[in-house]
Amino acid sequence: MVIRFTLNGKSQSVDVNPSMPLLWVLRDTLNMTGTKFGCGMALCGCCTVHINGEAMRSCVMPISAVGGKKVTTIEGLSADHGHPVQQAWIEMDVPQCGYCQSGQIMSAAGLLAKEPNPTDDDIDDAMQNICRCGTYQNIRKAIHRAAELQAAAPAPGAGGNTEASPSASGTVTGGAE
Amino acid sequence: MSSSTTQVDRRVFLKTGLAGATGLVLGFYLPGASTALADATAAPAAAAVLNAWVRVAPDDIVTIIISKSEMGQGVMTSLSMLAVEELECDWKNVRTEFAPADKVYIDPVFGMQGTGGSQSIHSGWEPMRRAGATAREMLIAAAAQKWGVAASECHAENGAVLHAATNRRATFGSLAEAASKLPVPADVKLKDPSQFRLIGKPTQRLDTPIKVNGRAGFGIDVRRPGMLHAVVLRCPVFGGKVASFDATKAKAVPGVKDVVQISSGIAVVADNTWNAMQGRNALAVKWDEGPNAALSSDTIRKQFGRKVKAADLNVNAVKAGRDYAAATLVKADPFAIERMDKNQGKIIIDGNSAFGRRGVSDFVGDAVETSKAMKAPVQVTWSREDDMQHDYYRPTSYIHLSAGLGADGWPVAFTARIACDSVMSWFFPGTITNGLDTSSTEGVSDIAYDIPNILVDYQLVKSPIPLGFWRSVGASQNGFFSESFIDELAAAAKKDPYEFRRHLLAKSPRHLAVLNLAAEKAGWGNPLPKGVYRGIAMLRSFSTYVAEVAEVAVDSSKGRLKVQRVVCAVDCGRPVNPAVIEQQVMGAVIYGLTAGLKSEITIDKGRVVQTNFDDNPVVRMNEAPVVEVHIIQSTEGPTGMGEPAVPPVTPAVCNAIFAATGKRIRRLPVRTQDWT
Repeated sequence: MVIRFTLNGKSQSVDVNPSMPLLWVLRDTLNMTGTKFGCGMALCGCCTVHINGEAMRSCVMPISAVGGKKVTTIEGLSADHGHPVQQAWIEMDVPQCGYCQSGQIMSAAGLLAKEPNPTDDDIDDAMQNICRCGTYQNIRKAIHRAAELQAAAPAPGAGGNTEASPSASGTVTGGAE
Repeated sequence: MSSSTTQVDRRVFLKTGLAGATGLVLGFYLPGASTALADATAAPAAAAVLNAWVRVAPDDIVTIIISKSEMGQGVMTSLSMLAVEELECDWKNVRTEFAPADKVYIDPVFGMQGTGGSQSIHSGWEPMRRAGATAREMLIAAAAQKWGVAASECHAENGAVLHAATNRRATFGSLAEAASKLPVPADVKLKDPSQFRLIGKPTQRLDTPIKVNGRAGFGIDVRRPGMLHAVVLRCPVFGGKVASFDATKAKAVPGVKDVVQISSGIAVVADNTWNAMQGRNALAVKWDEGPNAALSSDTIRKQFGRKVKAADLNVNAVKAGRDYAAATLVKADPFAIERMDKNQGKIIIDGNSAFGRRGVSDFVGDAVETSKAMKAPVQVTWSREDDMQHDYYRPTSYIHLSAGLGADGWPVAFTARIACDSVMSWFFPGTITNGLDTSSTEGVSDIAYDIPNILVDYQLVKSPIPLGFWRSVGASQNGFFSESFIDELAAAAKKDPYEFRRHLLAKSPRHLAVLNLAAEKAGWGNPLPKGVYRGIAMLRSFSTYVAEVAEVAVDSSKGRLKVQRVVCAVDCGRPVNPAVIEQQVMGAVIYGLTAGLKSEITIDKGRVVQTNFDDNPVVRMNEAPVVEVHIIQSTEGPTGMGEPAVPPVTPAVCNAIFAATGKRIRRLPVRTQDWT
């Protein structure tokens, strides 16, 4: 079955089993391996992507449910680490092994899009992603730092960003929407 | 090209180095001597090879070869710092590349090429600095030759060689080609530590940028032309095997290419991982469950419990005998899933995580066998359930501890009877002498407290459960045992648990220093908010000293427990990269808390009961304490930080629970019913 959706700002069609989760379409069909497989049950958050701007677990999202929607993966979050979350992650040196970090970053970016100035409780609620290296403390710091960076420069990073800006203007870049 | 004499010299040097017991394993690149090495040096183009660890390109980019796996422990950055400290190049120009398999890269401590045991910085300390210094001297010699001056009049600084007298300067990149053809200096002088500019400075990790945009390649990310995907169905019972199977329905799943039996089970091969999983679900298998089909956590518990019940040592003093049980089993937990393809040659991956599971390479066999059968590259993926149920676990361990206190309250005798399954018998059975697996006793047998009579008795008890090197190995459970029991003795003696330890560590300055630092930074003795309690623990493991004070909010009436703050003091010798040390301690605390408070593997009907993160939960953001890290500014040789901060956290928390409730935790993981 052919399913069409927008992937990182570009139209994409795939001809796969409609029950196949988006995760495996990304990883195995499209060879976009930045999104990771962790648990397959939406428990760990490794596979988090944005669907219509919302952080979602791709490992349990059948591709049939993605038809016509806009999907952003870690590869499309920004060009050249431009997203405030990525900048903060670099500044705070967050990753250790790095395996869960695509998902952590997508969850954090989803949080900041909704809540530009999150409290620690907001972070606890939104960041249900597992990190076995235990980078939580630095993730928390980096989210607060990303909020500052985002406030200082509301427009998202350099070209290629495919998501709606969290700024009040609602400007959309990169062909999304 | 170097003369044949030079080549012989280099070869001799290489061999001598490798034959030496420690230190000088500075292997040099021998043109043509090693295909693997030649391969590794292929890119970037035109880089001159100065030795096995240092290459310099004409554009001044310096590539440091990393002979250890980057598992998140920051070794890519820390080992580079060691070489660059001596090389004197610009840190911004440093790139890294992982070493191929080659004798040159054998770890001098392990005697093999591998990563583990919190060993990388300890074993790399001398060779990596020497590699940098040797390359620097060769670059200086090349400049001196070029200018017709004495090498002794030149020095290296910030990526260039300078001749101050004539104000001449040449970049490393411009000298590298010539330098690579010069004789390798037999001996080089290493910097006095007072001159260090990089070592000891918090330095940002080199691997961060590729880990924030999805570009870091893990094993599971390898893609090869024509590659197929597979998952393997394994007998759920340890030691069981396939009796018969019917693959008709599995083969009918769209995308499934074939179903093949391999040593570890039945591999379902498909065009993508999802289809392979669907095919696996459709398999009909009859298992021969083998001899362990009745095994359960209960039977294991009884088997081990019995072993420590034998008579206590006779001590003429107050007796305080206690039985402890460690977490029966904790999984070793890799996060990235490995693969290997048919072209078994070289696959460089940027990262993986480990925590112990990678001490075993069974996953490689899965992929090799399946690839051979399919005559195509096959990536075998382990699902979380596969990993949870077919892991190599931390061993079951039971202990009976007793001590005698003198009239003044100080201990006069300490005995421990340990019954523990043997990790080493799975990997290095030759290291077990007289039935002693020292990994089962470390953390108790080397107890630092000054007690005049100490007896540690050990019985190697076997179970069929596969065992592995869980992060911090024996120290993880034995640290819980010894540091909980010392706390019990302090309570029995009616002494403050910190002061009690302090007194008994008077002759052990490094232990004492971390204990004091953690207590001071935690404000030991200062009042805490209502409902919050402190516990302290200290352990030396992997030659690194760590003390931790945990602050735990305890509400017995509601059964609520939250670890709010953990203050850590570490002495890992001379700190190389304090930023990474801090990360490792933070991570180790979270890792230890997961095992101490949450995760347990139980066995029923010969198989692991738990399957995924729903029934084997781990600490998440909302449960993560604030971790503070304080590093002793030691001048001793550096030791590792990957593991040693794990062991103290659980006893520190349990000792805080005791302070709150008077209930002593003697079994892991902590269960609510044990303290409410």
